[in-house]
Amino acid sequence: MDSADLTAAERLLEAEPSLKACIGCGGCTATCSAAEFVDFNVRRMHMAFVKGQQEGLRTQLNRCMLCGKCLLVCPRGVHTRSVIMAMRKELSPEEK
Amino acid sequence: MFSVFVIPFCIGVVALLVVSVMKYRRWISQFDKRQQMLVRKGILSWKFVGAAWEAFREGLLHWRITKRHLLLGYMHRSLAFGWFLLIVVGAVQAVLAYPNGHPPYVAIFFNYFEPRSENIAHFAEARFYANLMDGLLLYVLSGLLLAMLKKVWSRPMGMRRTTRHNLTDRIAKAALWCIFPLRLMAEAHTSAIYGNGGFLVSGLGRVIDWVRLDQPILEYQWWVCYSLALGTFFTLMPFTRYMHIFTEVFLIYFRQLGLRETTDRTGYTNFELSACSRCGLCIDGCPINNPLGITNTQGVYLLQAVRNKDLFGRAERLADQCLVCHQCSNDCPVGIDLEAIRRQVRINSRKKTDDNSGYDYLKAVRPFNALGRVAYFGGCMSHLTPSITEAMERIFQASGTPYWYMDKERSICCGRPLLQQGFESQARELRRKNTQLIKESGATMLVTSCPICYQSFTKEYNLPVRVMHHTEFIEQLLRSGQLKLKEKSALRVTYHDPCELGRGSGIYDPPRQVLEQVVHLLPTQHERERSLCCGFNLGNTVLSTEQQTEVRERARQNLLEPHPDMIATACPMCKKAFARGTDTKVHDVAEIVAEGLLETAMQPTHSTR
Ligand code: SF4
Ligand code: SF4
Ligand code: SF4
Ligand code: SF4
Repeated sequence: MDSADLTAAERLLEAEPSLKACIGCGGCTATCSAAEFVDFNVRRMHMAFVKGQQEGLRTQLNRCMLCGKCLLVCPRGVHTRSVIMAMRKELSPEEK
Repeated sequence: MFSVFVIPFCIGVVALLVVSVMKYRRWISQFDKRQQMLVRKGILSWKFVGAAWEAFREGLLHWRITKRHLLLGYMHRSLAFGWFLLIVVGAVQAVLAYPNGHPPYVAIFFNYFEPRSENIAHFAEARFYANLMDGLLLYVLSGLLLAMLKKVWSRPMGMRRTTRHNLTDRIAKAALWCIFPLRLMAEAHTSAIYGNGGFLVSGLGRVIDWVRLDQPILEYQWWVCYSLALGTFFTLMPFTRYMHIFTEVFLIYFRQLGLRETTDRTGYTNFELSACSRCGLCIDGCPINNPLGITNTQGVYLLQAVRNKDLFGRAERLADQCLVCHQCSNDCPVGIDLEAIRRQVRINSRKKTDDNSGYDYLKAVRPFNALGRVAYFGGCMSHLTPSITEAMERIFQASGTPYWYMDKERSICCGRPLLQQGFESQARELRRKNTQLIKESGATMLVTSCPICYQSFTKEYNLPVRVMHHTEFIEQLLRSGQLKLKEKSALRVTYHDPCELGRGSGIYDPPRQVLEQVVHLLPTQHERERSLCCGFNLGNTVLSTEQQTEVRERARQNLLEPHPDMIATACPMCKKAFARGTDTKVHDVAEIVAEGLLETAMQPTHSTR
């Protein structure tokens, strides 16, 4: 846990509390549209974010098409699209 | 012909004119290039005839509101059309009475000046006009009575919840409500002294005479009050909802000239914002209101927040809360493009994170040669309901339609979910790629199973080929005999109109026409334009699953009420939403048709990239 930034993680969980229910099953990643084209692991990204490892996520997250497939398959009702949007907001250079 | 009491009225009228001209000029100068071009091109065309008719029908007769509810329509019409006629007939009356001319305010205060003027002409129809004016005043007063009734008890007027107005609006409303009773009292007092006026005014005048209130000083006070009410109302008007009376006329004209909302806020948006009468007809149908009980999100409040320059990000919060179910834009009698304005707000709030550099991976996707075939775009959601796409493949094959399932293996999203959330440039990038793939494939038509994609392809793309939702496509195949069905089954089915397909795209009949050939279709209480949202629309990212479920439950109860054997719909998203937690089967129209196919002549026409 280098470059840890727990406050951003806390803010994320506050913005999208449904993420707390994630069990890391990887269903979202398995169905992901973007992952069919490019290296893009949505489960790994939001789990890393919550652990405070946010480096490099900003450009990666822009690959998501917000199509919503991950949202539909998640067995825990995590609002994955909202999680992605909230992460992007946290990581945007102007926002803080 | 002058009296000091006319001054407040005159000040009000001048203030109203000056401020409105200033406002309208500013908004017109804020039109974008295309809007300016359309106005320049259209201004000398015959379109103004159509616009004038629509302005008359909607601004004065309130046709659309009347269609929604008779009594509510009567209320709006009697106030608008009644007042309009009072002004017009009053002006004619004054011209007839004073053939040598008169100051303009005399028409408004006719009954005050009439018995006092020496140069008045005794025209033949004087009595008729006096009675007509009284009849019109009675007409307006009847509307006013209903408006007051609506304030305390709105149910008989077809409304469960009415708009919460701000302070200026309430003051202006008080002034407006005072105008007509004050006019009646002022005219009746004059009549008590001079015996003029029609049946209503002179009748009341006799009562006043009888109770010995026929004092000139009292009479004058009533006229002062009447003029003050008029002056207050006109002065406040440009800063209140009542500006919609004029703005709606402009909006109708500009719309006839072809102006539309864009992704940015323009002068046209300002006209739309000002054309909202705060009638509140967008409130009752909203699923965020009923069943969720959130009463600040609906069209009228969004427009209010945008108009008030978006204090503390209020507009953004309201815009995010919405399910984008199109009910409010469907219900708005002014035809305000609420969806577009909501999108502008979202685009504005996502400016900092809207970054399309992430999609360079799409460059590697090569076009596919599908010359002369029908391109089939399942859509991302349909990938999670494979029974729908399989059914479509069977239908293509059974009908002998050569097709190309363009997103079978790897799917590029249509871009609408991004655009709905305000990521405009990212959505544009996906549209560009899909457009390239479709164009270069040589396909002759595009069929999609997802109403979200359908809206995207028809409204946001500019494709050289016809776009069809699969229900339209199947309906056409059945009609042309390309698709043959077994005997109609005995299944009793209710149909759910998906928001994006029904209100969003106006496709209500094709799915019904198809279903009627395969099963027994049962009516439900909330159908077509009044269909209830399934709650899981991708347009929303802030509601909790519990809230979405609550919205869905209301829709589900409506569908289950006639005790069907099966629920049918035409959207993978709706299917998923209803299938969760229901024992009743939920199927897409395509699946039901595929089930009823005559399994003859299956031709292998299928292919993918
Ligand atoms: S919304 Fe984004 S992360 Fe989820 S499946 Fe679609 S592309 Fe993948
Ligand atoms: S599908 Fe849901 S529970 Fe599984 S990893 Fe993704 S977010 Fe977590
Ligand atoms: S948005 Fe339309 S329906 Fe809603 S209050 Fe305004 S005019 Fe009425
Ligand atoms: S689009 Fe639907 S959810 Fe959104 S405000 Fe209008 S009626 Fe309510």
